Amino acid sequence: MSAESKDQATLPDEATTVLDVRHLPTFAFGPRSIMWWSTMGLILIESTVFAISIVSYFYLRSVASAWPINAAQPDLLWGTVNTGIMVLSLLPNQLAKNASERKDRQACAIWMTACLLCAIAFLVVRGFEFATLRVNWDTNAYGSIVWLLLGLHTTHLITDALDSAVLAALLFVGPFEPKRFVDVNESGMYWYFVVIAWIPIYGTIYWAPRL
Amino acid sequence: MMPDGVHRHGDHLLDGGLDQAVVNALARTWSDPPSWTGALSAINHKTVSRRFMVTTFVFFLLAGLFALAIRLQLARPDNHLFDPDLYNQLFTMHGTAMMFLFAVPVMQAVALYLVPLMIGTRSVAFPRMNAYAYWVFLFGGLLLFGAFAVGSGPNTGWFSYVPLSGPDYSPGKGVDIWAQMITFTELSSLLVAIVLITTILKMRAPGMTLSRMPLFVWATLVTQFMVLFAMPAVMFGSTALILDRLVGTHFYNPANGGDVLLWQHVFWFFGHPEVYLIFIPPLGFISSIIATFTGRPIFGYPAMVMALIVTAFLAFGLWVHHMFATNIPELGKSFFTAASLMIAIPSGIQIFCWLATLCTGRIVLRTPMYFVLAFFFILVLGGLTGVMLGSVSLDLQVHDTYFVVAHLHYVLLGGAVFPLFGAFFFWFPKFTGRMLNERLGLWQFWLFFVGFNVAFFPMHWLGLHGMPRRVWTYPAGMGWETMNFVATIGAFTIGLSVLLFLINVVLAYRHLPGAPSDPWNADGLEWTIPSPPPPHNFDRLPVVRSRSPAWEENTSATAIGGLAADAREVLITSAVEAKPDLRVLFPTSSIWPFISAVATTVLFIGSIYTPWAVVWGSIPVSIAVAVWFWPDKNDTQTALSLERHP
Repeated sequence: MSAESKDQATLPDEATTVLDVRHLPTFAFGPRSIMWWSTMGLILIESTVFAISIVSYFYLRSVASAWPINAAQPDLLWGTVNTGIMVLSLLPNQLAKNASERKDRQACAIWMTACLLCAIAFLVVRGFEFATLRVNWDTNAYGSIVWLLLGLHTTHLITDALDSAVLAALLFVGPFEPKRFVDVNESGMYWYFVVIAWIPIYGTIYWAPRL
Repeated sequence: MMPDGVHRHGDHLLDGGLDQAVVNALARTWSDPPSWTGALSAINHKTVSRRFMVTTFVFFLLAGLFALAIRLQLARPDNHLFDPDLYNQLFTMHGTAMMFLFAVPVMQAVALYLVPLMIGTRSVAFPRMNAYAYWVFLFGGLLLFGAFAVGSGPNTGWFSYVPLSGPDYSPGKGVDIWAQMITFTELSSLLVAIVLITTILKMRAPGMTLSRMPLFVWATLVTQFMVLFAMPAVMFGSTALILDRLVGTHFYNPANGGDVLLWQHVFWFFGHPEVYLIFIPPLGFISSIIATFTGRPIFGYPAMVMALIVTAFLAFGLWVHHMFATNIPELGKSFFTAASLMIAIPSGIQIFCWLATLCTGRIVLRTPMYFVLAFFFILVLGGLTGVMLGSVSLDLQVHDTYFVVAHLHYVLLGGAVFPLFGAFFFWFPKFTGRMLNERLGLWQFWLFFVGFNVAFFPMHWLGLHGMPRRVWTYPAGMGWETMNFVATIGAFTIGLSVLLFLINVVLAYRHLPGAPSDPWNADGLEWTIPSPPPPHNFDRLPVVRSRSPAWEENTSATAIGGLAADAREVLITSAVEAKPDLRVLFPTSSIWPFISAVATTVLFIGSIYTPWAVVWGSIPVSIAVAVWFWPDKNDTQTALSLERHP
């Protein structure tokens, strides 16, 4: 890796050779950073949770005689609108990510704020989504699992919104050091996960009952 | 240029030399702060791990007392020592605490201490998150025992099958508390998994490529990946259970489209891998112990690593063998029988590699070795009954009998608890700077070994003669009296053995610490530093050239220098080749992980009583986590002064 190209002084110190690492950088992007590994770990865990929830949906469907159980199909409008907003939010997200790699603090702050506005928008629309599921969580198992799927994804939207808010605030006012660019970068990767994970959930909640 | 002496980088003192000023600065930098607020702020991996180990061990002792109570109740027929409901609570508490509060977390706890020492670094990754994980675990355990103490312990068994554990058949708070305890411990376990994976893949000493990593570290790495995929299943299951109970969802209610087998599927999709979460880390203990007491590296290192990985994969294809007595398709059962038998292959490979090591080495018989040799004996018996139970026809005959109880205790005690006690004896000098008494150790071992077989071997027989598990009492004349009485004697012998261990520890603490850095002539890096290690672990970070660095002639021939000694700088290396890549400033001690854990506890416990706690409870959690993340001005100054762009 990059360390190989750096000049590493290896000089004898009595019996011991000391490999000098003071020239190494203090941060880096991607798999070189430990933040990348923790974000990937989180993504693996949460992908597993989503996968198990979706499999449980189809499991419950397989034991039901009709699906949806005693309920109308969910309304497509707000879920689809929200999918659109989420996909669009990938643009400011990517721009924030790019800005972090350029180490441009001001651009990071601006695009993180744009992301935050997107997050607020899709949280508001998410409220309408719950109202258009046309079933309650305590009606039957169908209602329970669609509320769980939507609720689970909503917790991710909320944590992502909080995370973006804190990072944006830090970019504007906080005691700043360049390794925060790595945080912005990883937060962007997590955002991709939250949006991409939504696509199969959207398909399951809104389209599976129509198949 | 790094000749001997003191080096500076700007205002910073650098490590690499053995000058006393540098060593003192390192110790100061990596120490936990004094006073009681300091104790709550501690994030040094050794401090957190020690607390973790002691906590899990206390839970082990309590769960063991529950086991003795169970055995007293069953010692003679028609016994009315405990009423049936209390008896149900006793076996539920015993199983739950042993599995969730002892067996899985203790393995992670030991790894949190040893891994950084074995791979040559000064910390675990994300030390504050690690501290948070410990506090969450502690509060989850206290919740369970607290609930039992006030009379509302869970009483539906350690796997809490629905519909028994559902709202109709288990009113009261017991099962809710059980389900939330799962949430606490799994959250903790998942966070520790991320900590350990990142530590192992990114913080190994230069030169410790993946193919030179100690087998214990491999076992830990494989286990933590299993945690990532197994734990979410039980979190999903227990969340759905508590939702059914508290807000009227119908996941498990067949009357409204739910399904009770869904619980069994998600529980065992976690529960079977869990057996391997308990069993794989001890394989690592065994490799360390055998290598040391035969004086040679483990035979067939690549085969051992492959066997660990294959075991982990197969472990996810076994869960249905817990469900042979349900209405799942017969073809499915055949598949899971095949998968269950297949796991004997990697296990067999490992056993034969160890046997080859034992045959070609010079065996030194010390207490840790006795525990390891007992492992072979007991695990083979438990493994054989496992192969028997893997067959659907036999499983149907002995399902829910004491045969299963015998099998699972042979596997779990033989596979995990025996090696774990071996590991405690082996690493005790490293953890505490004190040696355990060898004679007491042998007494403990023989009492444990004999007591274990006396307690559990008769249960095979009881199961084959039809004694159902979890039965509160039985009438005289069933022919079960003698065997049950024998089993109770065995259980108390185990109790006596554990008591000897406690006495041994207390006696060790009456001496001043004086254990040598390497009392066993062992091969790992952890034996090249003092016992117990200083706060910063290594005065000079090592460079590794082989799989047995402590046995190399010139271990100290190369070292790392140039990291700040007066700030928590850590060397990050590449994932496969372990080439030096970054020097990263790690966080300082903080009380916010503790406060965040308290806030999380309020949320989790509050949600048992009102669903709205999820809403208002998340506000203090968010605030605490945000403050935790918010950088301190001084820390930022330190970071800026050390900074170097890529």
